[in-house]
Amino acid sequence: MSEVLNFHFDVDHEDFTSAGQASVQVKKNLRQLGLPPEIIRRVSIAMYEGEINMVIHAGGGTADVNVTEDYIEIILKDHGPGIKDIDQAMQEGFSTATDTIRSLGFGAGMGLPNMKRYTDYMTVQSVVGEGTDITMRVNIN
Amino acid sequence: MKISTIKELLEADVICCEEELTRHVYSACGSDMMSDVLAYVKDQAVLLTGLVNSQVVRTAEMMDMKCIVFVRSKIPTAEMIELAKESGIVLMATKKRMYEACGILFTNGLVGNRVKNV
Ligand SMILES: Nc1ncnc2c1ncn2[C@@H]1O[C@H](COP(=O)(O)OP(=O)(O)OP(=O)(O)O)[C@@H](O)[C@H]1O
Ligand SMILES: [Mg+2]
Repeated sequence: MSEVLNFHFDVDHEDFTSAGQASVQVKKNLRQLGLPPEIIRRVSIAMYEGEINMVIHAGGGTADVNVTEDYIEIILKDHGPGIKDIDQAMQEGFSTATDTIRSLGFGAGMGLPNMKRYTDYMTVQSVVGEGTDITMRVNIN
Repeated sequence: MKISTIKELLEADVICCEEELTRHVYSACGSDMMSDVLAYVKDQAVLLTGLVNSQVVRTAEMMDMKCIVFVRSKIPTAEMIELAKESGIVLMATKKRMYEACGILFTNGLVGNRVKNV
């Protein structure tokens, strides 16, 4: 019965400067829907981390955001190199980022842990050589 | 602490959103790694950083931060200023280095924030 709103984004990897635009847009959309600021912040941060990861580690991808009555769902898909050891990648401080990426302010190894921390549900599916799918949910109530 | 007080304490130059200087901030975070910043739950916080690119402003925006202080006289790009204006985020630049700038704010009563454990 509950109505679902969807937002779809193509996340481009060409331009690091514009990375994060989809998350900024989602934040605006959620504000317009009048959702609580704390919920919006958690969704925005989790999506932003995921979006940046797709840009710096996977050559871009897609982001879909579904807003239901009960939760906000973020689905990120890319056809990048995949993650060999997901448990290891989820550890705080683990990063394969290059010095170039570090000099841009990323590569602390905090992104995936942050995504987990700010969401109520998160799954990571990844196949080396094929890509990575991440689904996250933030409950509204 | 009022944003205008931060400007005075750090002898900083305001780059944009001067009209927001009367707002208050209640905590601060100093880092050049954006995911470190994103790991902290902030309510009306100020970000001190030596990093200059658009992701600094987007990170602040995601965190609902009200003010970014660039240390060591780093100057933001035109695009960053544009992004900050859209979100009403005060940008300022100080000659002071990160350690000193954070120390000054801390000893004047602006505390850090803890990592959220959920
Ligand atoms: N979409 C992805 N595709 C391939 N590898 C990924 C992807 N996302 C994350 N990874 C791998 O997992 C590691 C940890 O990711 P995480 O986001 O936690 O840290 P980071 O991106 O390296 O640094 P930070 O997020 O702190 O800037 C990355 O260094 C990378 O090796
Ligand atoms: Mg990351």
